[in-house]
Amino acid sequence: MTVDGSLGMLPDARNGDGQGGDVRGNGVRSDDVPGHGIPPPEALDAGAPADPGDGAAVTVSALSLDFPIYHGGSRSLKKTVLSLASNRMGRSRDTDAGTGGHLGTDRTHRVVVRALREVSFTLRSGERLGLVGHNGAGKSTLLRALGGIYEPVAGSVEVLGSVGTLLDPNFGMNLDLTGRENIVLRGRYAGLNGTGIRALEADVEAFASLGPFLDLPVRTYSSGMVVRLGFALSTAAAPQVLLMDEWFMAGDAKFQDKAHRRLETVVRGAEILVLTSHTLEILRSWCTRLIWLEHGAIRMDGTPDEVLAAYAGV
Amino acid sequence: MNALPPVPPPAPPPATPLAPGPAATERRDQADDGRDGTPRGSDERGARAGGSAAPPAGVAALPRPVLRMDARIGAMGRAAAAWADLRDGTRLWRLALSLGFLDIRLRYRGSLLGPFWLTLSSAVMVASMGAVFSLLFHTSLRGYLPFLSVSIILWQAGIGALAGEACTSFTGAEQTIRSMRMPFTVQVLRTVWRNLLVLAHNIVVPLAVFAIFGAWPGVEAVLSLPGLLLWIVDGMAACFLLGAICARFRDIPPIVGSLLQIAYYVTPVIWNPSQLGAKGWWLPLNPFFPLMEVVRAPLLGHVPSAMIWEAAVGYSLAFCLVSALLFIRARSRIAFWV
Repeated sequence: MTVDGSLGMLPDARNGDGQGGDVRGNGVRSDDVPGHGIPPPEALDAGAPADPGDGAAVTVSALSLDFPIYHGGSRSLKKTVLSLASNRMGRSRDTDAGTGGHLGTDRTHRVVVRALREVSFTLRSGERLGLVGHNGAGKSTLLRALGGIYEPVAGSVEVLGSVGTLLDPNFGMNLDLTGRENIVLRGRYAGLNGTGIRALEADVEAFASLGPFLDLPVRTYSSGMVVRLGFALSTAAAPQVLLMDEWFMAGDAKFQDKAHRRLETVVRGAEILVLTSHTLEILRSWCTRLIWLEHGAIRMDGTPDEVLAAYAGV
Repeated sequence: MNALPPVPPPAPPPATPLAPGPAATERRDQADDGRDGTPRGSDERGARAGGSAAPPAGVAALPRPVLRMDARIGAMGRAAAAWADLRDGTRLWRLALSLGFLDIRLRYRGSLLGPFWLTLSSAVMVASMGAVFSLLFHTSLRGYLPFLSVSIILWQAGIGALAGEACTSFTGAEQTIRSMRMPFTVQVLRTVWRNLLVLAHNIVVPLAVFAIFGAWPGVEAVLSLPGLLLWIVDGMAACFLLGAICARFRDIPPIVGSLLQIAYYVTPVIWNPSQLGAKGWWLPLNPFFPLMEVVRAPLLGHVPSAMIWEAAVGYSLAFCLVSALLFIRARSRIAFWV
């Protein structure tokens, strides 16, 4: 009886709890389903103006990327020819690691990392996508694939709009050139003409505030100054589709505020943002959608709150 | 929408934009209508209206570019992509020239003579080899040295140097290739231009020899220009071909080096084709011979025969075809290889 009662009590109590939970759960759920789970498309309809054909867009369908690993002999023509001639009994293997993509071998028995597997998603103007996942889950590879650096091995990628990649802060920077020469060089990389380069120079000079150092070789800069220059250069352009690695969070605190504001301007100017970061706060506050990558495949795709809750639970 | 909305608040969307509760959905909709500004609504439009004129960019005025990459494009698609690479890369010629120029400047930064170190070492080599070989071949220095100086410079600073550097045209630009999408043609143009600059520095040596011996070639020298143009085309083909292969197989550059060494001896560079006489029937089989001749002969005051020109153009066409086929096949993989 007591047992029964207690047994009877438990469900009751649970029910009571469940009621409260249900209310909240309902709230969360109704919030979750129409407000939370669906926001991306809904928000799009509401947020994007009625000209989606004109806006920037990213379409990724069944994208797979295999990364050949060249180590030792596989870089050698001699060994490749020999192994093609003699080795026809190699067996495909597929090992599983805690982090990183799956290792396997392809037709020619090269070891490959399956960096991305069957990744599909669509981004429309106004979306801010964050990529989460462990080291080697394929986040940076996906960014590079979106930027057209790595071309798909299977599937397709389509990006409408100018693409800006902020992957390497010191990209295109030559330590032996002066800051000013580096600005010109970067302008040339961006395909700017003379006026564009002068505008870039004025912009970077004002932001990086390196003073007379701008006319000295970058080699003579302190590391903080190099970061300033690199950051100012990388964020000077205003692309429609912005692909960004998390490096930008580095830097000293004083500069960080200034950098943060500038970065926000660029991010706001972009129609689509794709961002990788390990800093959950950044992802939560900057993104409208998160994709959780695991071993190169999409594990979860949803709103930041949803995905982060699940991600933190693992 | 107004063309220029007020500057949006600097903060990104608040950390918890979705308070749980029944009203959340509505609130969210309102936010999406742009009342809140930050998430996407008005901000987005503002960016498109005002942001497209962002002064520092200078690129926003271009039509909206499209990047399409599909793994199943097939051979024609690959060829089209390679063609687009060539076209877009050529459009970035300013960048290629700047990069090639900087390569030279940085290579010799801090040295007193700069790129003329090359000239000096070439001059010393030509002088010493001229002295030794004119004795060996029993020819007069006056007849031999102009030939040798032109030959050596064209080979060492021209064909040989370019073939060697073609191997690193992509691996040398690894950082760029992995940081942004950029036509590979830019790296090819950069390599070819860099070598043209080196050749231009070295051409001083034969000019000095001409002056010393009073052996000026005459107006025929102009005929070397179409030959040089052919070299530029072949040089680009070499960069596409060797650049891609050497990115994949890292033992190719030494192999190329060895082959060039052999080619240097079997091609009439330090010896004159006339020295072989009737035994030289196989010379036209060596592609380097007609290629060398179309530039060298005019500089020595001769007009290359039609057969030499036909051979040079024929070999070049075949070489360009091989190079194009390989580049079409390998282009999308180069980024993985470097």
